[in-house]
Amino acid sequence: MTASPAPVLLHLIALALLAAFPWVGGEFYVDLALTLMILALFALSLDLLVGYTGLVSFGHAAFFGLAGYVLAMITPETEPVSLWAALAACLAASAAAALVIGWFSVRTSGIYFIMITLAFAQMLYYFLSESPAFGGSDGLFVNFRPVAAVGDWLLFDLDDPMVFYYFVLATLLAGYALLTTILRAPFGQVLQGIRINEGRTRALGFPTPRYKLVSFVIAGTLAGLAGFLEAVHTGYVSPGHLSWHESGIVLMVVILGGRGTLYGPVLGAFTFGLLRNGLQDVTEHWILFMGLFIVALVLFLPGGIAGLIRRAPKGGSQ
Amino acid sequence: MTDTTRARPSRRRFLAGAAATGAIASTGFVPTRFAIGGQAPVKVGILLPYSGTYASLGEAITNGMKMRIEQAGGTLGGRPVEYIAIDSEASPPQAPRHTKKLVIKDQVDFLVGPVHSGVALAMAKVVAGRDKPIMIIPNAGANALTRGQCARNIFRASFSNWQTCYPCGQVMADDGHKTVVTMTWKYAAGNEIMAAGTELFKEFGGAVIKDIRVPFPDVEFQAHLSEIAALKPDAVLAFFSGGGAIKFVKDYAAAGLKDSIPLYGPGFLTEGLTEGQGAAAEGIKTTLHYARTLDTPVNRMFLEAYKKAYNKEADVFAVQGFDTGSLLLQAIDATEGDTGADASPAMIEALSAAEVPDSPRGPWRMSEAHNPIMDIYLRQVEGGVNKILGVASRDLEDPATGCKLDT
Amino acid sequence: MDLAQFLVQALNGVQYGLLLFLVASGLTLIFGIMGIINLAHGAFYMIGAYLAYWLVGLTDNLFLAILLGIPIAVAVGLVIERLLIARLYDRDHLDQVLLTYGLILILNETQKILWGSDFHGVPVPEMLAGSVPLTENQAYPVYRLFISAVCLGVAAGMWLVIARTRLGMMIRAGASNREMTSALGINIGRVFAIVFALGVALAAFSGMIGAPVSSVYPGMGDRVLIISFVVVVIGGIGSVKGAFIGALLIGLADTFGRVLVPDFASMVIYALMALVLLWRPQGLFGRAP
Repeated sequence: MTASPAPVLLHLIALALLAAFPWVGGEFYVDLALTLMILALFALSLDLLVGYTGLVSFGHAAFFGLAGYVLAMITPETEPVSLWAALAACLAASAAAALVIGWFSVRTSGIYFIMITLAFAQMLYYFLSESPAFGGSDGLFVNFRPVAAVGDWLLFDLDDPMVFYYFVLATLLAGYALLTTILRAPFGQVLQGIRINEGRTRALGFPTPRYKLVSFVIAGTLAGLAGFLEAVHTGYVSPGHLSWHESGIVLMVVILGGRGTLYGPVLGAFTFGLLRNGLQDVTEHWILFMGLFIVALVLFLPGGIAGLIRRAPKGGSQ
Repeated sequence: MTDTTRARPSRRRFLAGAAATGAIASTGFVPTRFAIGGQAPVKVGILLPYSGTYASLGEAITNGMKMRIEQAGGTLGGRPVEYIAIDSEASPPQAPRHTKKLVIKDQVDFLVGPVHSGVALAMAKVVAGRDKPIMIIPNAGANALTRGQCARNIFRASFSNWQTCYPCGQVMADDGHKTVVTMTWKYAAGNEIMAAGTELFKEFGGAVIKDIRVPFPDVEFQAHLSEIAALKPDAVLAFFSGGGAIKFVKDYAAAGLKDSIPLYGPGFLTEGLTEGQGAAAEGIKTTLHYARTLDTPVNRMFLEAYKKAYNKEADVFAVQGFDTGSLLLQAIDATEGDTGADASPAMIEALSAAEVPDSPRGPWRMSEAHNPIMDIYLRQVEGGVNKILGVASRDLEDPATGCKLDT
Repeated sequence: MDLAQFLVQALNGVQYGLLLFLVASGLTLIFGIMGIINLAHGAFYMIGAYLAYWLVGLTDNLFLAILLGIPIAVAVGLVIERLLIARLYDRDHLDQVLLTYGLILILNETQKILWGSDFHGVPVPEMLAGSVPLTENQAYPVYRLFISAVCLGVAAGMWLVIARTRLGMMIRAGASNREMTSALGINIGRVFAIVFALGVALAAFSGMIGAPVSSVYPGMGDRVLIISFVVVVIGGIGSVKGAFIGALLIGLADTFGRVLVPDFASMVIYALMALVLLWRPQGLFGRAP
C-alpha cells in the first residue's frame, strides 16, 4: 500500500475526470464509462484475492453473475422491486455462495486453488444454463430497475441515466474506500502477510485459513455488488455472465492493470475496455492486435500498467 | 481471402453503392435528402459473430444481405448504404454494449443481427420500444423472440426453432416409426427444437422412449450412442449444429447405428455440412425451410450469383441474409428513402405486411408476430447433397403464443 | 444397466480417458516441469487440427500430414519459447498466464486469417475406416481403437524419456531445483526450450490425430483447454502417472455420469475434481507443498 503524494494526486484527477465525464462525454461514451466502472469494481474485488491475499481465483464471475440472477428472479414482471431489498438479497446470495465455495477452496493453494474455484463456478454455470426455471441458456430479463425510495418518497431515480451514472460512480468509490480501509487495518496486514509467507504468518499465531475465508467472502460480495449493477444497467443476465471466459477476462484486467495496488485494476479495466472498444472500431482483426498488445505489455511492463506509476521517479513507495 | 470482390465482414465502415459523397461523415442528425446526388447514407448496423465457432454463419449472412442490396442497385431507397459491422463474439454478456454502440453512438437506421439467441434477447432489451432502429433477426431462432418477447420494431427473417422441426413428427410417423429417442445439446435451442419435433409424433401415437441431453457444447457422444444401441428405438431425432453436427453424424454412422436406426432432425444437422460428413450422412431425413437443391429459377440464380461473388457455396444462412436484404429494401421503399423517426411507423407497417416472393427458399410472408410464414421442406441426403423429397408442411406459421403487439 | 451395457460403457470411458490423456499430455509436460500455466495449450491443439486439415488436403494422407506437421509445431514451439516465454522465467507465474492468454488471441486470429471460419471434416484414413462389431447392433470404429493405442504409446514414451534418458534426468533436475542444476553446468535454458517445444508438439499432435473424429473448426481449442487442466490437476502437477490415472478417472466418471445421472452430467467432472482436491489438496500423485 502506498500513500505517497503522486498517487493521491492521480486519484483526485481520475475522480474529477469521472465525475465530470457525463457533462461532456455524450450518451454512448457515458454508457461505456459506466460499463467500465462496473468492470473496475469487479476487478477490484478480485484484486483483494489475487493481489493482496495471494489467492488466484478463476471462478470469480460466479459471484458476479449470481447477484444478477437473484435480481432477475426477485424482480416481478409488472413492477419494480425496492433497491434496499434487492441489494440485500443480491449481496447476501453472493456472500453465502462465497462462504460455501471459499470454505472448501481455501484449503488448497496455488494452481489447485485456481482449479477448485473454476470447478465450483463451472458447476453453478451449468446449473443455471440447464435449468429452464432460471431461463436456461438464453438467460433472463430484469424487467425494471429497482426503486430507491424511503416510504413513498423517491430518493433518486435509477432510470435517469445521469442519476444511475453517479450511483455507479459512488458505489465504485465506496468499494475502493472500503478496500483501502480493510487493507490498512490489521486484518489487511495479515492478508498481505499470508501472500508473502503463509507459513510465517501462521507461526505468528494467526489462523490463516479463517483470514483467507473472510477475504474470499468480502471479495465475492463485492463482485456480487458489481454484478448487481451490471444487471440493473443492462436489464439482462445470462449463464454467460458466470462463464470461465468472464472469470478469465476479469483476471486479465487485474494482471494487466497491476495486482497488489488498488488503482491498478481500475486502470486495467479502462485500458482493456477502451482498447477493445477502439480496436473493434478500426480493424477487422482486432483480436490479433489485442493479443499483440497484451504480449507486448507483459514483456515490457512487468507489474502491469500500475508498474509505470510505481516506477515513475519519486512516484512510488518501493 | 484475396478475392477483392468479396465483401468481407469488417468493423471498418465503408460505403456501398452510388453517390459516396463527403456527406457521410455527418453524425447525429442526418438529413435524409440534400440536393440530388448528395444524399446521406442509410446506416445499417450489423451485429454478427465474426470470430469463434459461429464466424462462418456471420460471414454467410453478411454476404447474402450485401449481395441482395447490390442486386437492387447497391442503394436503399435511392440512398447509398453505410454498413457498420461489429463482431458479436456470440457473447451475451458483451451484447448490450455492442448494441448500444450501434444504436446510440452510430444511430443506425436498421440493426441486423444476431446468430445467437442469448445475444438476440440482450439486443431486444435495448431495441424494443424505440422508434429507431428497426431490428431484423437473420438467424437466432429462440421461440420467445416472436412469442412472449415480440416487439413492434423487431422482425425475423429466419425461422423460429419450433418451425424447423415441427413437421419432423409427422415425417417419422409416416415412415412407420412408433418409438423414438431424442438427442441434442442441453440448451434452449435444443430443448425447443426437440419439443416441436415430438409434438406431432406423440399425437400420431408415437412414444418418446428417452430424451438424451448432452452438455453444451460437448462433442463426446460415445456413451449416448451405446445407450441408443441398448434402447433400440425405431428412430432417433437429433439436433446439433456446425462442428458438433459433423461429428455426431460421423460418430453415429461409425457406431453402426445408421443402418438399423434411421436418423431424423431439423435441417441444420446436414445443411452445408455434407462435405465434412461424407458417406455418414447418406439417407438422413431432415426438415428445413431451405435446401441448396431447391429447383427454382430464383434459387439457381441465387446460388450462381453467390458463388461468383464470394467464391463459395451459399448455405441456408446466406439465404437468411439475402432475405434480410429484401426486407430492408421493402421497408425503405415504403417511405421512399425516408428513415427519420417519424417514418418508422410506415416502415414497420410495410414490414408487418411484407411478402417476399423472390426468396431462394421460395415465397414467404411475414406473420402478425413478425416471423416468416413459409414452406418447410422434407429433405434427404443422397449422393452428398440434401435432395428435396417434397414439402413437409405448407405455409407453416409459428403459434406465436403470448405475443401481444399493440400496433 | 446389465453387464454387457456396463462393459460397453466402461470401454467408452476408458477410450475417452485415453483421449483426454493424449490431449492433456503436452500440458502435463510444460506445466509440471516448467511450472508454466500455459493457457494457449488449447490453441496449439487447434493449430494442430488445422495443420492436419491443410496437409491432408495437400498430401491426401493423414500419416504423412502428421509427419510433416510435427516439425512445424516444434518450430512454432521453439520460436515462441525463445522469443517470449524464455524472457519470463524469473517472473511471477501470473505474468506467464497473461502472456499465454495473449497468445490465444493471436493464434485464434492467425487461424482465421490462414484458414477462414468454415467447419471442415478430415477423412479417417482408409485402412482404419472400418468398425468392429461390439454388441448385436453397435459397432466400434477401428480408428478410435487406433487412437487409444497411440495414447498408450505416447504415455509409455513419455515415461521412458523422463525416467530413463539423460534428457529426462536433466528435466527432472531442472524441475526440482533450477539454480542448482544450472550451477552443475547443465544448460537449463536449452532444456526448457526442448520441453516447451515438445509440449506444443504433443498438443498439436493430439489435434492432428483427433481431427478425423473431432472435425475442425474455429474455437475448438477452448473446449479442450479446461478439461486438460482438470486432468493435470486431479493427477497432481508434474506427475505423468497422475495425469494418466486422472484422465482415466475423468473419462469413466464422465461416461457413467452421463448415463446414470443425466441431469448432472455436465457437473460430474468438476464435482470429481473438487472432491479429489478436498481429499488431497495436491492432487492424487502430486508432491505435498
